[in-house]
Amino acid sequence: MNIIISNASGQPIYEQICTQLKQMILSGELKEGDLLPSMRVLAKELRISVITTKRAYEELEREGFLVTAAGKGCFVASMNRELVREEHLRRIEEHFSEAVRLARGAGLQRGELIEILETICEGEAL
Amino acid sequence: MNAIEIRDLCKSYGDFQLDHIRLSLPEGCVMGLIGENGAGKSTTIHLLLDLIRADSGEILLYGQPHTRVFPALKEEIGVVLDEACFPETLNVREINSIMRTAFRNWSSETFFGYVGRFHLPEKKTVKAYSRGMKMKLSIAVALSHGARLLILDEATSGLDPVVRDELLDLFFEFVQDERHSILISSHITSDLEKICDYVAFIHHGRILISEERDILEERLGIVKCAREQLRELDQTAVLGVRESAFGVEALVERGRIPAGLQIERASLDDMIVLLSKGVK
Repeated sequence: MNIIISNASGQPIYEQICTQLKQMILSGELKEGDLLPSMRVLAKELRISVITTKRAYEELEREGFLVTAAGKGCFVASMNRELVREEHLRRIEEHFSEAVRLARGAGLQRGELIEILETICEGEAL
Repeated sequence: MNAIEIRDLCKSYGDFQLDHIRLSLPEGCVMGLIGENGAGKSTTIHLLLDLIRADSGEILLYGQPHTRVFPALKEEIGVVLDEACFPETLNVREINSIMRTAFRNWSSETFFGYVGRFHLPEKKTVKAYSRGMKMKLSIAVALSHGARLLILDEATSGLDPVVRDELLDLFFEFVQDERHSILISSHITSDLEKICDYVAFIHHGRILISEERDILEERLGIVKCAREQLRELDQTAVLGVRESAFGVEALVERGRIPAGLQIERASLDDMIVLLSKGVK
């Protein structure tokens, strides 16, 4: 399991951890019931404060990706299909918004943008 | 439970005054006490260790007034001051013999474990040690009597980056036990930036900021802009300013700056420098 923290990124460290763990869970690299490193071990290995790792885990627990068993540690939660779909949708929207911002900057029309999307979909046979 | 709680601590020395210091360090956490030389970091730590008496205020260790619990608690507090105070004619074996009688919970095994890990020569006397070696020796002693609270005053200053990095590893190991806490004062903020859960910034004897580091990072940022732009901002949101011939750099409260101005991340160094410029 790799978690890479970038200091250059504007994203707060706890968010970087959340994003990367989520990706691992969604991609199946981390499976239901897998034990995650303890907050203190994670903090030590990444050389960040314990409060930061605690916050990342709390966030993931709130979103339903993790469950905490007192005295045992944090585990990957059983994945709810709905939740996975939701998360994918959220990321698709994020990327589309980014594309729209770029299109606006480049002076593209709505029709042209949709055309690009259609071409890509055809290429990928979606 | 707070490992350390300081309430309205005052101490004056003629021209220097420690003014109503308030701090709390929850058990299991690491607090960095930062500030420039002469800001009052060491005075605060000396008061905490009951080496000097406060004029007023209160210091609680694990919920009890520090002077009352000190005799019993001294075993459980590992202290490293900026100068290693071992007699120069002793070697580590002799130091081990002395410490074994001084501390009830002294572990020679732990001590020699650190001596080996730090490659401290067993036969040489302290006199022949470099500054880095002396500091490692102090830390080895502080960690060999079962301490649960580690208090370090400028322990990493004057050491090279490789040694500082080794020590940082050691501190991370120490807090793997969630009952262990660390108070570390330093003006080398890059070290603290990595490990601290809480940051307290002290300036001219006053605590200007004491907060969770992550929250501090989210709350404050650096804006670089023209002088005219700075004047248009809400001045109470501006905490410190550095001016150059071609513009200004200001430490600001992120939430109170209008959208559109680019806000950069403020390092602890930026905060120290700009806050001390900002406060008259």
